[in-house]
Amino acid sequence: MEIPPMPPSDVPLLRVQDLKTHFHTRDGVVRAVDGVSFDVMPGETLAVVGESGCGKSVTAMSILRLLPMPPARIAGGRIEFEGRNLLDLSEPDMRKVRGNAISMIFQEPMTSLNPVLTIGRQISEALVLHRGMTEKAALARAAEMLRKVRIPEAERRLAQYPHELSGGMRQRVMIAMALACGPRLLIADEPTSALDVTIQAQILELMHELRDETGASVILITHDLGVVAEIAHRVVVMYAGRKVEEAPIGELFAAPRHPYTRGLLGSMPHLGDSVNETGKRLVEIPGMVPSLKEPAPGCLFAPRCPNATERCSRDAPALEQHAPGHWAACWNPVAAPRRAAATEETA
Amino acid sequence: MAAVAPVIAAPKSVSPTVQRFKDALRRHPTAIAGAIVLLLMMLVAIFAAWLGTVDPQALSPIRRLRPISEEHWFGTDMLGRDVYSRVIYGTRVSLTVGLAVALLATTLGLFIGLVTGYLRWLDAVVMRVMDGLMSIPSVLLAIALISLTRASLENVIIAIAIAEVPRVVRLVRSLVLTLREQPYVEAAIASGTRLPAILMRHILPNTLAPLLVQATYIWASAMITEAILSFIGAGTPPNIPSWGNIMAEARSLIQVAPTILLFPGLFLSLTVLSVNLLGDGLRDALDPRLARRI
Repeated sequence: MEIPPMPPSDVPLLRVQDLKTHFHTRDGVVRAVDGVSFDVMPGETLAVVGESGCGKSVTAMSILRLLPMPPARIAGGRIEFEGRNLLDLSEPDMRKVRGNAISMIFQEPMTSLNPVLTIGRQISEALVLHRGMTEKAALARAAEMLRKVRIPEAERRLAQYPHELSGGMRQRVMIAMALACGPRLLIADEPTSALDVTIQAQILELMHELRDETGASVILITHDLGVVAEIAHRVVVMYAGRKVEEAPIGELFAAPRHPYTRGLLGSMPHLGDSVNETGKRLVEIPGMVPSLKEPAPGCLFAPRCPNATERCSRDAPALEQHAPGHWAACWNPVAAPRRAAATEETA
Repeated sequence: MAAVAPVIAAPKSVSPTVQRFKDALRRHPTAIAGAIVLLLMMLVAIFAAWLGTVDPQALSPIRRLRPISEEHWFGTDMLGRDVYSRVIYGTRVSLTVGLAVALLATTLGLFIGLVTGYLRWLDAVVMRVMDGLMSIPSVLLAIALISLTRASLENVIIAIAIAEVPRVVRLVRSLVLTLREQPYVEAAIASGTRLPAILMRHILPNTLAPLLVQATYIWASAMITEAILSFIGAGTPPNIPSWGNIMAEARSLIQVAPTILLFPGLFLSLTVLSVNLLGDGLRDALDPRLARRI
């Protein structure tokens, strides 16, 4: 799959600025997202990666304002979508955005469909709601959407219930639902994690094709760098509620600057590597994600970082630009690979 | 090529729900027995006037306390009224009260449960009221409510329904609390669906199966409560021949004419039993986890 070049544009579709989402619990304030900023350009696929609990999903949920408040609270920042700050919209206005201009694909295709409603009813729901279509017109459009996501016998499927479909089929239905109203931004929260590998590839290819067809921007949330490599243009790496690195896809894989990113890449198996070969074991990142309750003064990755110095646990590093569009927040960034190392890699 | 026989006949599409329902009924012959008895009782109630009955209120002082005979199948009571006719007409009262209470209590409970399960700020207030209602025995509560109004069939139904509502509310609320966390509800919110539509389209249909089972139990318990209320003279007015009324009048005559007490009691037990058997069968048929285990 060739990733097409990003369409030239300098006005971002979505601009998240210094987003802070905190959870007020009985034991204190959890800073799930703490000052994250990123832009999504029209037609672009931005991947947000990081291990479990680093704030990826909370960021996505904050954009659509889906978090229960309380306990969640968006403590600061702006989420600008097509020039409007979503955080300022009233709830009825926000409902007009959800499922219409911005829609979301969830992780669990097995439980994200209502077991007692037919597929057709569930896809047409958003169409009736946002487009004011009649039930009949919406069903016709739903059939069209099912064909678009390559589900055979679309008309028959409309009358079926979710339990009659396989997991991959249900994820296709979820995608059809998300795309029914022609959103400008699609947020996919771990869209392939619950599927087996062959189905994953099919779903990714489908998302890839549909993105090119509809021109929608995609925010892809995942912990799977293999998925990222398939379809993303740019990557934001999150750790403990903060953005630690941001880079174009090729740049990130070739020259990760943050030790955490390098750790993530090192923990990914490569095709052709043998487990038995000496010195070719998968590298793990030691330690655990820190508690987000009491803010540590320095870099949150310092306790697990091989490059950590005394300064790291004292001052929090700011994002620094290392190459055009490549930012990393680290006092002791990983050195850019020398040419020799790069050729050795390809050899 | 035109004459090629169809290779594989299209499988007859029976939805799994229907299939599971059939399987469960086959495994529970008692549920079918319950359904048949209940159906018979309903037919009796509907066609009471054509089942060889006479006016259940017709007094006949000469024929007081007659034993079982060809003329009076269940004998006569102390005022010479035909007990058979009274018991048959009493079926109407019992089934009407049971069905009406079940409908009223589940509808009301469903509505309150849906709203309180979803709106947390309302939840605390409403549930304390429900706890208060539940702490009073339902018969006592019904007596208190009836004493506030005139004794009539409608008031009996309303009083028993109010006493049953908290149980439905508790059930629906607990279901809603789990359903609201389901990813498909979240997905519906994420696609911009408004709260009323989420409640009606995504949550309500998922509560119906357990609610149906609960409704049968309420039906059974309402018939018993009605009989108790009538028996102690706080229920259906005495001019309506309900099973409770007949038994209340027969109580003092138990040594002289025990059959007057026996027949309404027998009918009541049989009807309540059949409703409960049907409810058990429905519970197993509608709960996929139970169905698989058996």
